[in-house]
Amino acid sequence: MQAFTLLNGLVAPLDRANVDTDAIIPKQFLKSIRRTGFGPYLFDEWRYLNHGEPEMDCSQRPLNMDFVLNKPHYQGAQILLARENFGCGSSREHAPWALEDFGFRAIIAPSFADIFYNNCFKNGVLPIVLPAETVDRLFKELAEGYRLTIDLAAQTITTPSAATLVFAIDETRKHRLLNGLDDIALSLLHADNIAAYENERAKRAPWLFAGNP
Amino acid sequence: MPGKTLYDKLWEDHVVHTEDDGSSLIYIDRHLVHEVTSPQAFDGLRLAGRKPWRVDRNLAVADHNVPTTAREQGIADPVSRLQVETLDNNCAEFGITEFAMADPRQGIVHVIGPEQGATLPGMTVVCGDSHTSTHGASGALAFGIGTSEVEHVLATQCLVQKKAKNLLIKLNGPVGLGVTAKDIVLAIIGNIGTAGGNGYTIEFAGEAIRNLSMEGRMTVCNMAIEAGARAGLVAVDEVTIDYYRNRPYSPKGEHWFMAERYWQRLYSDADAVFDKVIELDATAIKPQVTWGTSPELVAAVDGCIPDPMLEAEAGKRQSMQRALEYMGLQAGQAITDIQVDKVFIGSCTNSRIEDLRAAAEIAKGKKIAGNIKLALVVPGSGLVKRQAEAEGLDKIFIEAGFEWREPGCSMCLAMNADKLEEGERCASTSNRNFEGRQGYGGRTHLVSPAMAAAAAVAGHFIDVRQL
Repeated sequence: MQAFTLLNGLVAPLDRANVDTDAIIPKQFLKSIRRTGFGPYLFDEWRYLNHGEPEMDCSQRPLNMDFVLNKPHYQGAQILLARENFGCGSSREHAPWALEDFGFRAIIAPSFADIFYNNCFKNGVLPIVLPAETVDRLFKELAEGYRLTIDLAAQTITTPSAATLVFAIDETRKHRLLNGLDDIALSLLHADNIAAYENERAKRAPWLFAGNP
Repeated sequence: MPGKTLYDKLWEDHVVHTEDDGSSLIYIDRHLVHEVTSPQAFDGLRLAGRKPWRVDRNLAVADHNVPTTAREQGIADPVSRLQVETLDNNCAEFGITEFAMADPRQGIVHVIGPEQGATLPGMTVVCGDSHTSTHGASGALAFGIGTSEVEHVLATQCLVQKKAKNLLIKLNGPVGLGVTAKDIVLAIIGNIGTAGGNGYTIEFAGEAIRNLSMEGRMTVCNMAIEAGARAGLVAVDEVTIDYYRNRPYSPKGEHWFMAERYWQRLYSDADAVFDKVIELDATAIKPQVTWGTSPELVAAVDGCIPDPMLEAEAGKRQSMQRALEYMGLQAGQAITDIQVDKVFIGSCTNSRIEDLRAAAEIAKGKKIAGNIKLALVVPGSGLVKRQAEAEGLDKIFIEAGFEWREPGCSMCLAMNADKLEEGERCASTSNRNFEGRQGYGGRTHLVSPAMAAAAAVAGHFIDVRQL
């Protein structure tokens, strides 16, 4: 996994609450058996005026110029400013894959859906929770060329007016993201604990160790 | 020391290791696998040269992409076909039990788990699918995970998790006649909102929940995720234990008696402390119909579409306006005046035998209305289908003008050929009414199976209590 340390990035606003994972990446693209290539289909139904299908050449599709990510001054945005309950709905990790593939490395919102929040950390994307009033202020401040600096180690966001916002994050998640660590390798360091747990549980709940019929 | 909640007990029983910040390695008793969220996980295993930690804990089935007609001809869409074949190949390579498309046990992953007894009370159950919360109906800790976590469970039989908070939702009193589990859960979501359960595990309790069958409890827990909670729970009682007797994967012989004793402690202690408690009057719940593009935008069937201008909060007002525009509806319109084009009875929310019986009871001896272009009944599994046919339900549906299909996720998310066309309106027993969910530009109204069948017959929404 790619590490996340320091990011100075252009911010794009998505002023909608309850943005669901079907909106982030519609289901027809979930048929792919790969982990990459979802960026062109991010927010597909909002971004294009026609219906998208897998493996379509998106450069030929008519764009919805009213959609914020199609505005010229948000091209190259790496930080998405969003509203509450971002990423609600399904568990599809294709949602953070699409955001990351598009170029987003951080998402700021008052709240995230739990599964989506968790999935972001597995893909080097940092979801940041800020109080609703603070997010609201950022939406109001946001103008052309608005950039934020995110320092994960310090857990701070610096605005263009040099204001510093502090955010909270679990130590374990922070450590893994800062260093781009592989969750599985870390968990396998506890292989002995897992085996010991199984031995003990097999005594208490032997029916879970009797195999399949 | 205060007592423990059911969630506390399930959590404690599965902790392998805890870090200083409270992140824990949690042991997973059952991993369900389907074709959409697993291919990249198996690739990850291969790349790292890893093997599944405990292969017998995995059970796989293809459900999202499978066709519901002419199965013997295989899958027409080459992209869908490749995804299903990839699951077949991965299961063969790693030695994982799979109910392949031609297997009579094939069906929606959340229907076959309980049906087989492959997901049991007291287990931790995960799957790369948010509706894994369904299995919490048996008093199992069950939740959806992403593909990276699918790979993690395959490789370690564990997950890194932080404990959620405890939320108790208590439904006081019984529900009235014609009010179902689906109406209960839609009313709950309408009350607490789609983010109301974020960060919590919800335990559903109270008389209206206790009165539900296991299948009804599954419907309620299935939609816990639509209230924002990864996991929903119902305490174990005799209904639970009776349900699991003699299922193919249920414990046998002496193990059954040991399991029964173990399961009987799976309830929240009387002095357990919840982080939050919400009490609702179940007697006031009426049949529900969603009118917007989020499950929280819901009204009683005898009500009207609310006026966004009366909503004080700007963000919510905007969402309501956008939803009405997408849905092609007006504020103040009576729910019963909404005409539908298609009807879908199925999905992991409502495709079990009791759901089909409830719909068939309404459809019996009637015909679908002239304006209905398509009414689909998609059983949750091959075994549900077989049972329904043994009871003659298929004939009731077919005679009424419904199509009787093969099991799968079908038009709940329209990854196969079953979908809405742009602008079409559907009465659906599924779980999500998001924009485009059932097809590009499609409009979804979530209802119970009886309400969906009634809408098929009337051509518009109608209060089943008046039939």
